[in-house]
Amino acid sequence: MGYPDYMYESIKLVEATRPRRAEMAKEGLQKFLKPLSAEEREKVLRDNHPDYQPEARKPIRVGPNKGEHLTSEVVDILERPSRLPRDFKLEPVDYETDVLVIGGGGAGCQAALWAAKNGAKVILCTKLRLGDANSMMSQGGMQASVNPGDSPLIHYLDAIGGGHFDNKPELLKIMTSEAPYIVKFLEELGVIWDKLPDGHYQTQSGGGASRRRMLSCRDYTGAEIMRVLRDEVRNHPEEITILEFLPALELIKDEEGKAAGAVLFDMETGQYHVVKAKVVVLATGGFGRIHIRGFPTTNHYGATMDGLVMAYRAGARLLHMDSVQFHPTGAIYPPQIHGFLITEKIRAMGGQPVNAKGELFVYPMEPRDVEASEYIQECKKGLGVRTPDGQYGIWLDSPLIEILHGSGTIERAFPAMFRQYKRFGIDIRVLPMLVYPTLHYQNGGVEIEENCHTSVPNLLAAGEVSGGVHGRNRLMGNSVLDYNVFGRRAGIEAAKLARETEIKGRLNVDHVWEYEEELKGEGIETKGYSPLLLPEYRNLESLKRHRTEFDPFAPAGL
Amino acid sequence: MTQDLIPIYIYSRKYYVPEGSTIITALEYLGFKLKKGVGCKEGFCGACASLYRLKGDYKLKGGLGCQTVVQPEMQIVQIPFVPAPKAVYKIEELQPDPEIFVRYYPELYRCLSCNTCTKICPQELQVMDFVQAAVRGDFEQVANLSFDCIMCGLCSARCPAEITQFNVAMLARRIYGKYLMKKSTFLEQRLKEIESGKYEEGYRELMSLSQEELKNRYFQREIDFQIT
Repeated sequence: MGYPDYMYESIKLVEATRPRRAEMAKEGLQKFLKPLSAEEREKVLRDNHPDYQPEARKPIRVGPNKGEHLTSEVVDILERPSRLPRDFKLEPVDYETDVLVIGGGGAGCQAALWAAKNGAKVILCTKLRLGDANSMMSQGGMQASVNPGDSPLIHYLDAIGGGHFDNKPELLKIMTSEAPYIVKFLEELGVIWDKLPDGHYQTQSGGGASRRRMLSCRDYTGAEIMRVLRDEVRNHPEEITILEFLPALELIKDEEGKAAGAVLFDMETGQYHVVKAKVVVLATGGFGRIHIRGFPTTNHYGATMDGLVMAYRAGARLLHMDSVQFHPTGAIYPPQIHGFLITEKIRAMGGQPVNAKGELFVYPMEPRDVEASEYIQECKKGLGVRTPDGQYGIWLDSPLIEILHGSGTIERAFPAMFRQYKRFGIDIRVLPMLVYPTLHYQNGGVEIEENCHTSVPNLLAAGEVSGGVHGRNRLMGNSVLDYNVFGRRAGIEAAKLARETEIKGRLNVDHVWEYEEELKGEGIETKGYSPLLLPEYRNLESLKRHRTEFDPFAPAGL
Repeated sequence: MTQDLIPIYIYSRKYYVPEGSTIITALEYLGFKLKKGVGCKEGFCGACASLYRLKGDYKLKGGLGCQTVVQPEMQIVQIPFVPAPKAVYKIEELQPDPEIFVRYYPELYRCLSCNTCTKICPQELQVMDFVQAAVRGDFEQVANLSFDCIMCGLCSARCPAEITQFNVAMLARRIYGKYLMKKSTFLEQRLKEIESGKYEEGYRELMSLSQEELKNRYFQREIDFQIT
């Protein structure tokens, strides 16, 4: 294992330019490389970003956003029929509760905790285990203006510029102004932030940020926060019932059209469970596993856009679902880690993107969409490094970090990355990492307002499934912040709403059948059902065997 | 990944999979639909813990399915999670006192120092050392040594003393983070500023700008990476 021999020609060139590039970094890279202007950003995005390519978007023919251009793969999944059998009966009700939280990642755990704190009985259901979510995988950090030279206002300005000025201002105000409180709240639960000897937070810069604002927990930031939140949720067995391995299939409404629960589905046994709830909080995460435009993804196995599908059928409006985040630095070699996330913190601490000739060709701290587009462009120019299976990547020169911050820094600050590469025979203290953009984040989602309400009464949403706060491009460290801020708000609001809510009349899933009628009316016939629940990685041969020999749970079957 | 096939055993049955596969990609290649025992696929969540034996080796080894490359004649089973007692507590009522281990995880003191936990750990952590640190009541040491724990549970599954190392460490880290780390004095100041409405006028101003004015403000903003 390790890099194939032929790559060392290029690695030698990287090594040759490294001392000079280290000098530049010490003097401040801004002196040598200017961040792009508005016009230059626009051009590199238009020419290279996957969102701007032909066929990346198409109009959706049904539902609340009918006629709008959304990401093509999103449209394909939204325009499918439900997995629920047509004769499905919502009786008996298996569980009854004040608040149903769908999703066991960061947003779901925050929502469950705060709903419980505010007096609600909560059921939290999740497709896999509690904490199995993208939240667990975030590496680099969380943004919060905790330094004297920074402020919530500068955080706001950075995020709105990074988001192409499309962010909903009132959401962004809430996120940036509540960020320092979230730091404190998590610390009081026992999250171990990286700190300086005097107790102040260690902070790094991030792409598109004009100040050092990134707090971290080594490069296990998401894991540290998520495991603490999970542990805390499990400390409230009286108020919070946890249902693991039970994904939601469809939302349930009452006769007034309010969200009133969900149908859950046991993927092993094919059994359905009906949950009746006064308020539903959707915290199902994003869509990386739908592999938009064939890109590999950094995302969790469960990130299949389920919540968005259920909400859309129930009549919830979507926002910014024409925009996809590709993380600039996904691993492209070795093949076992293809598409895996290489944290932005590598660049924040001085790792530089360089081409096959060893040239630093871009300011390393552009917003993610711009940075990713620059890498794609460099490879198109023929200045990338070829992998044995014919793909191209650029070098992320990690050994610079040891030069700039002293030997031992990588093992201390990046234990996860160091371990990841070591498993495949590459020592990133001395060798650069080969990277290419990878599908990372759902910028948009179900549109929410300040208290997480969607356009469906009693349906709240928080975290990656929701849309608005990031505009059309999220900055690093703002998703961890987003799910904490809005997960908490959703929980508080859900408890309040539950006290005021009375479920009226018959529980029903009529909206599901009305949506299917709409599909038929448009003459839309598709293969397959949605939500996907799990991605498909079996080879064609084995799939054929399953289709012909047994399919015990069709059409809900997997 | 080359297409040379090698034999492996999954739940005792022999299959052929491409050389270079990980345990997870081998299972998918064969047509297993993974509904458990799979998670982030990047080594951060501990959902795909697996046990395996190699040909001619008496040792039972552990690894993460998404990070372990299969070898010829490898025998594999998955351990989606390890049932384990978890202490239920109110963190705000605890003290950074070693007594809490006696109260919540008394089995900790049965540690035989056999080092089985350390040998099985897929993260290569010094598990026995942090268990011993907990026995001594050294919260900081437990926090540092266990920080990269992904709670896959393999240590606990193998432990002859029935200790749930990963939950003990979880408790220790939370105590350390909440009670023993030095606090930031500036954070309190910033929170007071926000609470007192110091930034409200600034937000009003920013939110009232036209798109054009906002763009100018953004592209002309000062970039300053000094902390103060």
